[in-house]
Amino acid sequence: MKLNSPLQVYKYLPQINCAECGDATCMAFAAHLIDRSKKLDDCPPILKDEYKKKYTELQTLLAPEIREITIGTGEHARRIGGDDVLYRHQLTFFDPTAFAYDVWDTMPEAELVERINKITNFRKFYVGKFLRVDMVAVRCVSGDALKFAGAVKKASETTKLPLILCSFDPAALKAALEVVKDKNPLIYAATEKNWGEVAELALNYKVPVVLFSPDLDKLKSLALTFREMGIKDLVLDPGTYPQGKKLKETFERFIMLRRAGIKEGQKDIAYPIMAVPLNAWLVYKDAVTASYWETVLSSVFTVRYGDIMILHSLEPYAMLPEVHIRDTIYTDPRTPVKVAPGVNEVGSPTKDSPVIVTTNFALTYYTVESDLSSNKINCYLAAVDTDGIGVEAAVAGGQLTAAKIKDTFQKANFDFKDKTSHGTLILPGLAARLQGDVEDVTGLRVMIGPPDSGRIPGWMEKNWPPKPK
Amino acid sequence: MTKKIKLSELGSLFGGIDVQALEGVKIEGDVEIDLGQLGMNPQMAYALGHETAQLALHLMNISRILGYPVDQMLGAAPAKPARLSKLIESRFSVGKIEEWKTPIQEVVLGATSSDGGTRKSTITLGGETALPYYFDGPMPHRNHITMDVFDMPINMAKAVKSNYEDVINSPAEWAKKVVRDFGADMVTIHLISTDPNIKDTSPAEAAKTVEEVLQAVDVPIVIGGSGNPEKDPAVLEKAAEVAEGERCLLASASLNLDYARIAEAAKKHNHVVLSWTQLEINAQKELNRKLMKQCGVARENIIMDPTTAALGYGLDYAYTNMERIRLAGLSGDMELNFPMSSGTTNAWGAREAWMVSSPLKEDSDWGPREYRGPIWEIITGLTLSLAGNDLFMMMHPTAVQVLKEITQTLYGGKESEPVNIDNWVAAVI
Ligand code: SF4
Repeated sequence: MKLNSPLQVYKYLPQINCAECGDATCMAFAAHLIDRSKKLDDCPPILKDEYKKKYTELQTLLAPEIREITIGTGEHARRIGGDDVLYRHQLTFFDPTAFAYDVWDTMPEAELVERINKITNFRKFYVGKFLRVDMVAVRCVSGDALKFAGAVKKASETTKLPLILCSFDPAALKAALEVVKDKNPLIYAATEKNWGEVAELALNYKVPVVLFSPDLDKLKSLALTFREMGIKDLVLDPGTYPQGKKLKETFERFIMLRRAGIKEGQKDIAYPIMAVPLNAWLVYKDAVTASYWETVLSSVFTVRYGDIMILHSLEPYAMLPEVHIRDTIYTDPRTPVKVAPGVNEVGSPTKDSPVIVTTNFALTYYTVESDLSSNKINCYLAAVDTDGIGVEAAVAGGQLTAAKIKDTFQKANFDFKDKTSHGTLILPGLAARLQGDVEDVTGLRVMIGPPDSGRIPGWMEKNWPPKPK
Repeated sequence: MTKKIKLSELGSLFGGIDVQALEGVKIEGDVEIDLGQLGMNPQMAYALGHETAQLALHLMNISRILGYPVDQMLGAAPAKPARLSKLIESRFSVGKIEEWKTPIQEVVLGATSSDGGTRKSTITLGGETALPYYFDGPMPHRNHITMDVFDMPINMAKAVKSNYEDVINSPAEWAKKVVRDFGADMVTIHLISTDPNIKDTSPAEAAKTVEEVLQAVDVPIVIGGSGNPEKDPAVLEKAAEVAEGERCLLASASLNLDYARIAEAAKKHNHVVLSWTQLEINAQKELNRKLMKQCGVARENIIMDPTTAALGYGLDYAYTNMERIRLAGLSGDMELNFPMSSGTTNAWGAREAWMVSSPLKEDSDWGPREYRGPIWEIITGLTLSLAGNDLFMMMHPTAVQVLKEITQTLYGGKESEPVNIDNWVAAVI
């Protein structure tokens, strides 16, 4: 965005401090616009006619450097692009890389449906939410427009995820667009050869479109030409070569495009970038090797500026690291990583339920909590304030101590005599060395749990309820 | 020549002419059309006065024909876009980053006989003048991998252990195996048995293991303690002594132990210090400063370990911490422009790397774990390589092989057969 201080934004706001936006003052709201935690439309007064000019101006000034475009419709619609910085610590990255997995029109229908269901239903629990994948890319392999349209139709009936229609043949794209014209699919791709006809499709069907050329001069020409024709929702595919020097050059093209867009403000090429890690399969035929290499390419371009990518492998050992690296890069570094300290109920604990201790590092806490609730273990879970440090490091660094543990229960008014029949506390396996201390300080019986909370169910079977003293 | 058209002249100029007929007429010289005099949108003018409006509309049409962006000037809705028949020619260019003026310190590990050691070859880290693999400046040295060897059998994930069962009781054989069979550039000997809570092996006893490893392989080595802050200084001192002149990497000096002793041992016996802090850029600056100013360690004898957290277990902090350190170094922070090392093996602590299946019933199937572990180690290392990490401490042979392949490709050291991607869409996979 073109503004970088709340004061600059403030000049455009109504300056009446009416607090309708939820902030006490216009200046506070301005700060939220700068860090992009609120949208201009959250200020009702500025939507009034009298402020129309300022609203329009400010809207333009606040627009992200990289154009934000939407693919698909409804609750599964996905935005891509929207970035303002080159490094995540400078603010945060917005709109996580969209992952599209492919199907193709020469697949038997049953296989196509099964594959799409697998894509749609993939999920991995992580820190209080599920990591998922986003889109289905339908490839025209047959060269037959009708066959392609048929596969696209089946795909759209099978999933609500947004679709990418992939063919270099405008006739095939047109046939497919007819089938899903109200679903706002992304079309792939316009090239130096077919651009006139593909532009016509993008205009007539009002859909976002990918421009493909590994030659950045040509890619910019295409972008300028499309923009001139009034097509704004563009995605750039600078070509993903899977190997050797060409892969290095691919990497450099991603850096160049994004640097031009963000650091140099070159609006002409400030669009989301597409990577195609699927190209790993053009060189490796063995499924494990190809999946590994595809995951490697996907990670490289998740870290360095890919906004959307097309992938092939549905192996869990490919998808799990892919969704995790994306979360790694797109997690907002400004949000706190701690949960509130205290003693929380998991399920509906009774007097016979165990009392388990962990730290208030969000990742640790949510991992333990989900392991417990997923296995239907009713218990009390204490989050000790370790300044958001994990168990092992907190024991070593002195943030997890017997005194802190006692303090946590005291502050929560948790009386073991009252709340439990067993007077027992369970420490994480990685905090085993605190056992004696905790016994001395709290006077409770202290048991040592497993080093990984994923093993609590097995541990419970063997060790719970505790044998009477 | 500039001709100014005045509103008052328009009537006589264009009265009765069909403006469309002007298309194709060549008008010489610049025509300045002063729309400001109109002071209003022509459509609004229409409502105000018939005559003015007539003129204004004429004017607008003419202006458009002459190529003036009237619609934008008036804020009116743009006309239906023209279909272009030719691509607009253009050239793409982008500048280099001017702020990157300070190269990363070069550090040599290992010493050959001509330099007072017994290694067959040495390894140089650092020297970068840009983020890794960027085009802004040369990256003189590739990334390197040192593989872990332990001085006693330890708990390992099954997928890792199966590679070392035959050598698990002999650090020397273990070291030979990683160099000979798995392509390790270096070997790390971890003296974990010295921990008082494990075996409390004496420093002298542990030093013998170091000597054995130095004899078994001729690559540079890293000497690691047990991580016990009370014991490590004594263990590393003794190890440094028996490895005199070999330019080993001593792992590690940190703020929570007597780093001065480790610095002293490195200076006395010609080794390099690993400056280890926990995910905190300011602590890293502080420790580096202390090593240089207070302990007198030369710049060419410092490598940093800013801590590696596994993918899914804090890699976001580790990544950003390293990236910030490297950017600061390149931009002139002389307390942070050192090569970096990563304990990539930490990736195996992630349950996704070793657990048979997800403990959560809601998760999609995790698939076979023997494929999950190595890729977890690869992606953890790869991510940090993009942040600027130079040296990787690793465990699984497949992970080593794939990480080498991608880092050396991005470095520019890998040729390949040309691959045509022009019609990837129709590829049969
Ligand atoms: S709603 Fe708008 S006018 Fe009211 S305080 Fe917030 S920013 Fe200011």
